[in-house]
Amino acid sequence: MADSPIAVEHHNPALKHHFANMEQQREASSLGMWLFLATEIMFFGGMFCAYLIYRYWYFPDFAAASKSLDITLGAVNTAVLICSSLTVVMAVRAAQLGKRQEQVVYLALTLVLGLAFLGIKGVEWTSKFKEHHIPGPTFNFEGSVPGHPDQPVDQHHAQLFFSLYFAMTGMHALHMIIGVGIFSYLLYHAWKGKYTPEYHTPLENSGLYWHFVDIVWIYLFPLLYLIDRKK
Amino acid sequence: MFDTFPLWPARASTTAGSVDALFIFLVALSALVSVAIFTMIVVFAARYRRRRGVVAEPIEGSTALEVTWSVIPLCIFVMIFVWGAVIYFKERTPPRGATEVYVVAKQWMWKLQHEEGQREINELHVPVGRDVKMILTSQDVIHSFFVPAFRIKQDVLPGRYTTAWFHPTKAGIYHLFCAEYCGSQHSGMIGQVVVLEPAQYQAWLSGGGAAGSMASNGQNIFQQLGCSTCHRSDTQGRGPNLVGLFGKPVQLEDGRVVTADENYIRESILNPGAKIVRGFKPIMPVFQGLVSEEQLNLLVAYLKSLSPSPSGAAGGPTVVPSGAKPQETKVQ
Amino acid sequence: MATAALTAERENYLNQEYGIKSWLLTVDHKRIALLYLLSITFFFFIGGFFALLIRLELLTPAGDLVQADTYNKLFTMHGQVMVFFFLIPSIPAVLGNFLVPLMIGAKDLAFPRINLLSWYLYIIAGVLMLHCMLTGGVDTGWTFYTPFSTAFSNTKVIEAGLAIFISGFSSILTGLNFVVTIHRMRAPGMTWNRLPLFIWAHYATSIIQLLGTPVIAVTLVLVVLERALHLGIFDPTRGGDPLLFQHLFWFYSHPAVYIMILPAMGVVTEIVPCFARKRIFGYQFVAMSSIGIAVLGFLVWAHHMFVAGISLYAALIFSALSYLVAVPSAIKVFNWTATMYKGSITFSTPMLYAFGFVGLFTMGGLTGLFLAALGIDVHVTDTYFVIAHFHYIMVGGAVMGYLGGMHFWWPKISGRMYPESLGRLAALIVFLGFNLTFFPQFILGYLGMPRRYWQYPPEFQVLNVLSTAGSTILAVGYLLPMVYFLWSMRYGKVAPDNPWGASGLEWMTPSPPPTFNFDAPPVVDWEAYDYEHIPAPQEARSGG
Repeated sequence: MADSPIAVEHHNPALKHHFANMEQQREASSLGMWLFLATEIMFFGGMFCAYLIYRYWYFPDFAAASKSLDITLGAVNTAVLICSSLTVVMAVRAAQLGKRQEQVVYLALTLVLGLAFLGIKGVEWTSKFKEHHIPGPTFNFEGSVPGHPDQPVDQHHAQLFFSLYFAMTGMHALHMIIGVGIFSYLLYHAWKGKYTPEYHTPLENSGLYWHFVDIVWIYLFPLLYLIDRKK
Repeated sequence: MFDTFPLWPARASTTAGSVDALFIFLVALSALVSVAIFTMIVVFAARYRRRRGVVAEPIEGSTALEVTWSVIPLCIFVMIFVWGAVIYFKERTPPRGATEVYVVAKQWMWKLQHEEGQREINELHVPVGRDVKMILTSQDVIHSFFVPAFRIKQDVLPGRYTTAWFHPTKAGIYHLFCAEYCGSQHSGMIGQVVVLEPAQYQAWLSGGGAAGSMASNGQNIFQQLGCSTCHRSDTQGRGPNLVGLFGKPVQLEDGRVVTADENYIRESILNPGAKIVRGFKPIMPVFQGLVSEEQLNLLVAYLKSLSPSPSGAAGGPTVVPSGAKPQETKVQ
Repeated sequence: MATAALTAERENYLNQEYGIKSWLLTVDHKRIALLYLLSITFFFFIGGFFALLIRLELLTPAGDLVQADTYNKLFTMHGQVMVFFFLIPSIPAVLGNFLVPLMIGAKDLAFPRINLLSWYLYIIAGVLMLHCMLTGGVDTGWTFYTPFSTAFSNTKVIEAGLAIFISGFSSILTGLNFVVTIHRMRAPGMTWNRLPLFIWAHYATSIIQLLGTPVIAVTLVLVVLERALHLGIFDPTRGGDPLLFQHLFWFYSHPAVYIMILPAMGVVTEIVPCFARKRIFGYQFVAMSSIGIAVLGFLVWAHHMFVAGISLYAALIFSALSYLVAVPSAIKVFNWTATMYKGSITFSTPMLYAFGFVGLFTMGGLTGLFLAALGIDVHVTDTYFVIAHFHYIMVGGAVMGYLGGMHFWWPKISGRMYPESLGRLAALIVFLGFNLTFFPQFILGYLGMPRRYWQYPPEFQVLNVLSTAGSTILAVGYLLPMVYFLWSMRYGKVAPDNPWGASGLEWMTPSPPPTFNFDAPPVVDWEAYDYEHIPAPQEARSGG
């Protein structure tokens, strides 16, 4: 019995008892991950909605506050994340082809890029802290509305911008930290050789998650950093 | 003054009648539908209860029936919607020339001021037969101005004005409730609306010790705060001329056009940078935190009095010389 | 009875393993359902206790039983416990958890460990909520309106917010598990059009849980951050907008009403055909109306805000959309009624609850038409009319459905029959107590008694006394089933596999089911509710 190919399929150690076969199990996990990402979209959606409303109401102040963000670091971080999505895809590809060595390398690269993102973000936040741009009693934003050098920025509205900036990038960073945790776990198991061409669903699904977090940033970057740079 | 066991609220405004009409219609409709459904259930339950040798008839459904009982309710719903919307539209559109009362809500009290200058706490005196417009704002949390006898309710928000209006039809004393939960003494934030016959109202009005109308007091503040140095009634001021401003469209620096309503005036005093009038520099200082809600109301009333249009304070004084006595207005 | 004795001795999910560990670490959906049953019953009685205190306080116009602040905490925590810790998990997490895999012929939910995780999240949230209650409680109302909650209340808003945030994840994970299971785990032959309508209702519910809950989650995060770090997003003194909070809150909390009522509709849709011995009338319409409610339910949230300061035109649009969502609900009521036509009806306890449900839900739905009518809403919103309306839906609807379902599937869950005559008596008491409690509140509301009032003008007293009297009767009606369900676990008659002669895969496996649900994987080649092919229950039960 154990020699027949069907029996091998049935006894794949990764197959959970309540699934009929590996395909059903894979499809279920994949659908589950897509649904989870839908909930994530709604989660970030709430904050995007708040952001868009205030940006519409207080556009000049938001533009001024946005100008104080470091566009170079933001752009570098965007590039870092896009590269990390590429390495994730390469890691999944390596798993599909059964190349364990490559898998481990790409996963490690993803981790490094993820940590680099968080590091750069940390640098940005630190400088904001030094500039007193953290919402609260010590908040202070100097400057004038772009295009109107004689109109000072409204402190409250600038503070709202930074409230949303920290809430959104903070939530995003939290997702990145969780992602780094997940990918450390994957790296360990990939190194142990757990993911094979037949079974690499965790890799695929974690990849989906990573791409999602990446896409959120791709929206955050222009919304927060590039409001009105021309003037 | 109140029944001990009423089953229907007092009906003391023009709105109350129209709300009651729709309500009674809906009660009748609901009774009809419920009775129809309950009768069917009871009849089916009795008629088709299990009997030996009788089996249920397999019936799959009927598209015709489904469409019927979707479309007919939908038509009725559309009718109710339109009926309700018409009433609401009237409730939300204060008539021109209404007497204005400014209301400031705070935890846990209502502070009201009449155009003529009378101040009241937790009590509002109004005459029968005149439109009254409430301009409401809150000092702290959200409250809600609710007079069941008038069937009106309007949330009172901090940081902006909301409005409500009513037209009392019957003299009496009616409850004023706070309907939006606002903290410990929410249920203590109640008062009364006293609707008086015009003559009595006149007597009440002259009996109160009001020191000048809202507009004239507003004018004093306008001068004390130095507003008048820039906002002059000619074209030479560094700020826009405010005479005749209220109710008019205003061209802004960024191209937008807004109407100069109560909320616009409020924002332009507290936070002038938000909407810069075209052709003027953003030089006005911020008054957020420097004027109280009551002072703000006085300023708004004063600015409105500079606009002798029917949408302004028709019943009240127009441009009032400073220190003038409250003008008596004839009650209809 | 030989077969019954045999059933009792078989290995099933209850007796396969013993010990506390076998329960706390179980990944069996049926055991997790029972874990949920215990926990939500606990919270139901806590929430009910608060409700009784509220009703006792309102017995007299003066605030004399408890302090104003205590009263405010009571109604706040009554709402939070009942909504987030009882109603939302009630039918989905107990009956849904137990039945979804059984009804579609699966061995378990798609993600059993996530299912257990969602129970643990619920427990963490529940413990946090209890801790919050015991160390001072919270007084914002279950609606957390800003700026009161963010800047004025000095109670434990952050803790309560976090508790509800965590319970939200429990709810999301349950919904996610259901959707994946219904999509991917159906037995061969179990097509979408053969699914029991209970499954359709849960599918619709799960969609709302997935798409709505994250929004309340992020909203509560913002409230917590605003309170802790003074962000100012909802603070009007710093440029924020308190109405934005209300929009975000109701974007979830209105659909949440459908999370609570749709599963109950699913239960009733199983019960009515069974006791009328007939196919459901208009299967497709009932299924699609569930989906319709779920979709339209996302488009009506601002009808909670007609007097809140939204624009006139926004109010018109949301009023019109609210009437649209009433249509699918009406369709369901008509179909349940039509199902009884030319049936062969018996009146067991579940059917009595189903009758109660249809009656009370109809009244709750009709009074919803009043509230959606703009002109009337202005007068009755934030009064006892609203309280009465949503209790007709939530208690008259959802709780009646939940109790009906518990009686219907109790033989399957426990392997024992509950005492039938006591069951009928309890159903009657609940129905009468309910109406006495909540009907007077419609009148109170139209008279103008505002909600959340600790003291009230004396002319409202008579109706309040009636309501309080009703609530004590209702309490008896709720205690009774708990007592006899417990009693029946030991002394009840052993239940046959299919005591009601009901259709559906869950009745084709032993009572209680084995751990993996079916001895052999089922293959479905029949339509749903094919009652003409199922014999009525063989033995007439002595109690009935």
